[in-house]
Amino acid sequence: MNFVALRMLMSDKAKYFGLVFAFAFSTFLLLNQMSIFAGIMKRTGSQVLDVTDADIWVMDPYTEYFEQTKALKDTDLARVRGVEGVDFAVRLFKGNPTAKTLEGKFASTFTLGVDDSTLTGVPRKMLMGSWERLREAKSIVIDKAGYMLLYPGEPLELGRTLELNDHKATIVGISDASAPFVSFPIIHARYSEAVNFQGRERNQLAYVLVRAREGIKPEDLARRIEHSTGLKARTTNEFVWDCIGYYLRNTGIPVNFGITITIALIVGLAVAGQTFYMFTIENLRQFGALKAIGVTNGRLIGMVLLQALTAGAIGYALGSGMAATFFAVMSQQTATRGIIMPWQILAIVGALMAVVTFVVSLISVRRVLVLEPASVFR
Amino acid sequence: MKTNDHAVRCDGIMKHFGDGEARVDVLRGVQFEARLGEMSFLVGPSGCGKTTLISVIAGLLDPNGGTMQVLGHEPAQMKSADRIVFRRRNLGFVFQQYNLLPSLTAAENAAVPLLADGVSRDVAVKKATAMLDRLGLGHRAKALPRQLSGGQQQRVALARALVHEPRLIICDEPTAALDQQSGEAVMGLLASAAVAPDRAVVVVTHDNRVFHYADTIAHMNDGLIDRIDRN
Repeated sequence: MNFVALRMLMSDKAKYFGLVFAFAFSTFLLLNQMSIFAGIMKRTGSQVLDVTDADIWVMDPYTEYFEQTKALKDTDLARVRGVEGVDFAVRLFKGNPTAKTLEGKFASTFTLGVDDSTLTGVPRKMLMGSWERLREAKSIVIDKAGYMLLYPGEPLELGRTLELNDHKATIVGISDASAPFVSFPIIHARYSEAVNFQGRERNQLAYVLVRAREGIKPEDLARRIEHSTGLKARTTNEFVWDCIGYYLRNTGIPVNFGITITIALIVGLAVAGQTFYMFTIENLRQFGALKAIGVTNGRLIGMVLLQALTAGAIGYALGSGMAATFFAVMSQQTATRGIIMPWQILAIVGALMAVVTFVVSLISVRRVLVLEPASVFR
Repeated sequence: MKTNDHAVRCDGIMKHFGDGEARVDVLRGVQFEARLGEMSFLVGPSGCGKTTLISVIAGLLDPNGGTMQVLGHEPAQMKSADRIVFRRRNLGFVFQQYNLLPSLTAAENAAVPLLADGVSRDVAVKKATAMLDRLGLGHRAKALPRQLSGGQQQRVALARALVHEPRLIICDEPTAALDQQSGEAVMGLLASAAVAPDRAVVVVTHDNRVFHYADTIAHMNDGLIDRIDRN
């Protein structure tokens, strides 16, 4: 009887497409909003994730997220290095000097100062130039989006100079750094250069980047550093989740996205549910005839579920395709770079749509179950 | 072709709907018989209880009183699941409004009782096409219901009622939606294809133009059979 169920579903083209579109639209909205939300949240920790040379970030005990830093004492670096299990520990500076081009265009920046000797923490994904050239005097690496912000409409070019808080700097590389939460240019320089760009303050050390010795779990080492130094030590993964958690707790972003996602779910459920219910109602006489002929309730339930599942699956596939196309196009844009549709969200939305399909079919199943087969004689 | 065996025997069947002041007694102790090898007509004015009676005979409604045997079984005593299987295998239906599935071809519509009984699609459609052939509609086996005339649709419904070789055919106003010529053709086919020594046909109808096909005519009025004529 499966082919009977499918023929019933697809015979009324307008209703069938309406039903599939309802599922597809709902899927698209859910995937779109959830992926953008996940992408924005991931951006809060993108500069942490970009550092692949270290396992652990050591910071002031009251630091809650990447942008919020309180300078450590220079002696803290030595204290961290003294903890058993540390392979190496290096300094990281983070400041926000203003970059100004010769043409007068300016912007606040995220300037990261990496260890002078090892260059631990520089971006590994370079689009132009080389991070090794940071060893040159007054050199910087800037990310592509930052470059385009400071030099709009101009081709990427090395050797250009700009001012960082009135200190001249030369661009020796253009990186593909992950997009930050706010659209500041990401600038990398050596620690000694970066602190000069920022201007002298009593303490400049924002983070200590630590690599655990082979065989030692970063989580264990982080706890040991905290115990030994009284500082806060987080693994890369822990720190990223700290950043995400901070923004979830302290901004309206999750509420706004949550509302949109809930509305998408409700609209999808309501529109798909109503369309499928109407479809069932209009086919009630046919179901009644089948019941009178001797088709069991179990078989009829199977037919209704198959109809809902088929429409739901096709709608989900179409919606996923639409969302994938959307993100493929958006990922080419500078402002929305790095926002992708993760497979986990595809799976979550798939599960949500399965629930929607099940709920939608339940209402119709109930109507078919209570249908009196004798009604076909009336 | 006539035998004395009873396909249906109703004794004092009662059926009411609603309770209290809203209670309506539709069947008030019906005595009715349909014999194997015969075509039994059930006639009477609208609202007299004809449709309720065939619904009870078909096991689609439970009677509130009386006893009934259908093909030697008592549907009222059967479990619900057994009654469905009994109905699927032993009863064929022809409805006033045909009740064909608009998305299925004539052959697929006629094959539905076999499909419902778990017969494979290929075998079921092949058997249904053969039945349509027998009813003179083989050349339209692949047509959709909307491409068929009313008479042709009712022939498809007849093929659906016969394809699984049931022993009792129940027809509800089979000619009501047809013109005289088509109605005659359908009744002629019903008489020739459906009536057999081991099979009975019960027809509910208003259409006195086709009364001559009946072996017996039970006249029903106000929930009771008040006269039986034999042709």
